[in-house]
Amino acid sequence: MLAAMSIPPTTDRVEQAVISVQGLEKSFTQLKVLRGVDIDVARGTIFALLGSNGAGKTTVVKILSTLLRADAGTARVNGFDVTAQAAEVRESISLTGQFAAVDEILTGRENLVLVARLRHLSGPGVIADDLLRRFSLTEAGSRRVATYSGGMRRRLDIAMSLIGNPPVIFLDEPTTGLDPEARIEVWQAVKELAEDGTTVLLTTQYLDEAEHLADRIAILHEGRIIVNGTLDELKQLLPPVKIEYVEKQPSLEDVFLTLVGARTNKEQR
Amino acid sequence: MNKHFVGDTAVLLGRSLRHIARSPDTIITTAIMPIAFMLLFVYVFGGAIETGSDSYVKYLLPGILVITIASGISYTAFRLFLDLKGGIFERFQSMPIARSSVLWAHVLTSLVANLISLVVVIGVALVMGFRTGAGVSGWLAVAGILVLFTLALTWIAVIPGLTAKTLDGASAFSYPLIFLPFVSSAFVPTESMPGPVRAFAEHQPVTSIVNAIRDLFAQQPVGTDIWIALGWCVGILALAYVFATVTYRRRIS
Repeated sequence: MLAAMSIPPTTDRVEQAVISVQGLEKSFTQLKVLRGVDIDVARGTIFALLGSNGAGKTTVVKILSTLLRADAGTARVNGFDVTAQAAEVRESISLTGQFAAVDEILTGRENLVLVARLRHLSGPGVIADDLLRRFSLTEAGSRRVATYSGGMRRRLDIAMSLIGNPPVIFLDEPTTGLDPEARIEVWQAVKELAEDGTTVLLTTQYLDEAEHLADRIAILHEGRIIVNGTLDELKQLLPPVKIEYVEKQPSLEDVFLTLVGARTNKEQR
Repeated sequence: MNKHFVGDTAVLLGRSLRHIARSPDTIITTAIMPIAFMLLFVYVFGGAIETGSDSYVKYLLPGILVITIASGISYTAFRLFLDLKGGIFERFQSMPIARSSVLWAHVLTSLVANLISLVVVIGVALVMGFRTGAGVSGWLAVAGILVLFTLALTWIAVIPGLTAKTLDGASAFSYPLIFLPFVSSAFVPTESMPGPVRAFAEHQPVTSIVNAIRDLFAQQPVGTDIWIALGWCVGILALAYVFATVTYRRRIS
């Protein structure tokens, strides 16, 4: 079964991999979470790690962002080994965790200035104002984050991750818990990142999110990558296309977005 | 040590101090309980307590200062716990900063917050009739002991802050510390206590700290108490620092 599902070798290895993971294993006491994970991510692409809850997606991200140590296997990010060269890896990456890692008591602008200072950049105020503009948070910038909506928090969270232009960004379930409008805002931000040459590894449990954003998709299941390929390659794993005529009913999402869409579009532009 | 240690600690200290400035209730609640104890003991129980001192508030203040610190440091555990829960801790850990500066910023914040609370409590004591002829060197010595004691207890507070499972668990550890002064020379002379209690009271850190501060305020020779007090402070500080650092390393690896 697995052999039949494998992807042609031409696309299996990625040249010039920015993230390169081989045989990654990790256990928590009795539980074997990762049982040999292999991933290669090319520069400037969006790579989606897909899996159900508890599949080990967050564990992979934590190992790659030097927060956890793997039991076995190697992982290199931007050419640096995550264990031996953790400091260099931290210079190259930015992590947006599952829960918006923002300081609620500070204002949005102060959050950005804080991160810019901790990245030892000059002109933290200018950087903050620039990002507030890019993420349509200028007006909210002087308000405490505690007053922000979920989508605004996530946008601020991602804006904080962009400070210092790290070449690699990890987004762990960036849209979990967001309403549809906020999801689209986040998707837009992620797409713009990759267009600017940033490599993005994102985890998600939403299939449509991977479909929308990712150049390559890997499915993590029971601690292993069971498939890895482009969307088209993954689609070819299933029997050829059947043509059926179906009455096209608008989905609830279509209805929702059409009704509220006019407003959203105005705000975004 | 990382070349950014001082700068990163300063930036993170600025962040925590902003938290305090925006929720000054942490300083007010820290100061309220010791002030309530002081009022209660001076105006309710004080008349019945024989201390051999001319004013009871003068006798009592050093112990009240110790209680102030013991209740104030639980906020370090509280803030550290919230950082860990909220995810901002992980953000800091995945950034190219000096890793120990995250802890040091919390410890220095505790020092600043406690010093403010102590000033408030001393202010109330002055209104209640506390007077001292202690000069600059006497006050500096008192401040030195209080700073060392705050640092020692704060490093203890770091440990539950890093390991607690719930917010209540993170701050509950300080309750025994708050009651330690009651079994010491803080409220009544130890001579009035029965044998075993007296033995405990005379050999626990609070008594030597309280006696040393009391002698400094009264401009009496401090004798060996100050050295015992300093020994306790430095000993607890060193031990708590080592344990906290080990806990931190385990937590972030």
